[in-house]
Amino acid sequence: MNKYTERLLNGLIKENPTFVLMLGMCPTLAVTTSAMNGIGMGLSTTVVLVLSNMLISMLRKIIPDSVRMPAFIVVVASFVTIVQFLLEGFVPSLYDSLGLYIPLIVVNCIILGRAESFASKNPVIDSIFDGIGMGLGFTVGLTSIGIVREILGAGTIFGFHVLPTSYEPITIFILAPGAFFVLAILTALQNYVKNRAKKQGKEVIEAAGCGAGCGSCGHNCGTTQAK
Amino acid sequence: MNEKLKVSPSPHIRDKIKSSNIMLLVLIALLPTTIFGIYNFRHENAWLLVLVTTAVAVLSEYVYEKLMHKPITIGDCSAAVTGLLLALNLPPTLPIWMGALGSIFAIVVVKQLFGGLGQNFMNPALAARCFLLISFTGRMTYFVYDGVTGATPLAKLKVGEVVNTFDMMMGSTRGTIGETSVIAIMVGAMLLLFMGVIDLRIPGTYLVTFVIFISLFGGHGFDAQYITAHLCGGGIMLGAWFMATDYVTSPITKTGQIVYGICLGLLTGLFRLFGGSAEGVSYAIIISNLLVPLIEKITLPRPFGKGGEK
Repeated sequence: MNKYTERLLNGLIKENPTFVLMLGMCPTLAVTTSAMNGIGMGLSTTVVLVLSNMLISMLRKIIPDSVRMPAFIVVVASFVTIVQFLLEGFVPSLYDSLGLYIPLIVVNCIILGRAESFASKNPVIDSIFDGIGMGLGFTVGLTSIGIVREILGAGTIFGFHVLPTSYEPITIFILAPGAFFVLAILTALQNYVKNRAKKQGKEVIEAAGCGAGCGSCGHNCGTTQAK
Repeated sequence: MNEKLKVSPSPHIRDKIKSSNIMLLVLIALLPTTIFGIYNFRHENAWLLVLVTTAVAVLSEYVYEKLMHKPITIGDCSAAVTGLLLALNLPPTLPIWMGALGSIFAIVVVKQLFGGLGQNFMNPALAARCFLLISFTGRMTYFVYDGVTGATPLAKLKVGEVVNTFDMMMGSTRGTIGETSVIAIMVGAMLLLFMGVIDLRIPGTYLVTFVIFISLFGGHGFDAQYITAHLCGGGIMLGAWFMATDYVTSPITKTGQIVYGICLGLLTGLFRLFGGSAEGVSYAIIISNLLVPLIEKITLPRPFGKGGEK
């Protein structure tokens, strides 16, 4: 396994931002009322994450340590503004349903967290792959929460009816409490699967960026500090 | 070896009463209400909903504990009490599967995920009722009596219509399965009071605060007819005697219980008079349940010998 696929798998599974790192909870809980919103939010964040990781990695030797946070914010905010205008111009329906959460990507802790803990210390190509992995992990997390909430709360997936019309939607799942229920249950499920795999002695994918999972790591890397 | 020389930490004196005895007594005390509810809504087949909701509560506790390799605790009857209380809080026309879903939510999410009996942070039956109320608002506020659909007495009272207080006392009116008959609820409550399972502190302060609140803000002054209608309508009697007094989710300190009762009265009055819907007992109780740890913290009795007057 070369270091690029390792980065991708790290973001998708080992340090999945939604289910393992528990970062970016605000958009995770707020916009996942449907699968479409989840995938839209996830991909927008991915684009910003990849571009900001790339630029910050390029500038990592230029940005002075004492003002790195404002510098990161400026970089991230520029990309968010571009993404926001693109969404508004080309997919206005998605733009309307995501609303305020698009500008809020600026303060998404995944993006600042990766900038601080990875992009500002690693070469450009590695940082790009880290951004892709983390972004896709976030997208997968948001989309799976969105799918479960949409099926239970509205009986549809991506707007298509998948359950018989006699099904009465459990409305609470597309309201705020449902987001917490679904997030908690999906997190519990993935922990269950991972723990079982560990018990059976299967190879567990190890992260290389900082050595191990954040839960067991005492190192103050900033990933868990941001928000 | 002499039994009396055994060294052990306190408590040293143990009562013979176990939680299963108490839960069994609560079940018996709920019988008049249940039987009356089933009879009252016989045309709507309320018995089936009560039976399924209670059975699913017990079954989901069993299945969850089996799957999690925990000791099986269905023998202490607490799951049955939760299921029955939930059923009494549902309108008789609710589809059976919704009642079952509510039971699963009450037992698995509210009770077992937080650690089982004694650990749940809010009343499972009421949390499930609110879950269903938010999910299926139309179904949960659809009330039928003798085949005629209409508003509950409480909803009529809210829009200023005249209500028949005698019917509300007896229970021959619209409402959820268990809330209509004040007489049947009081028979059970008297039994619990007499057996010492509950005391007057929580229900008493609850009802008194509520009466004061609605006399002050209800717009009718101290009008006996209006106040009686408010006390006999909706779930306040069932809530005050059977659900606010739940041991797990009410304060253990005596002062705390009074503060808790006042909170309940104020919130219920607030929701009923100024809220969007006519009823607010279940929300009042679960919100007060959340306040219980704080109430206990501020009303903690000072141990003998620790510190003096400030």
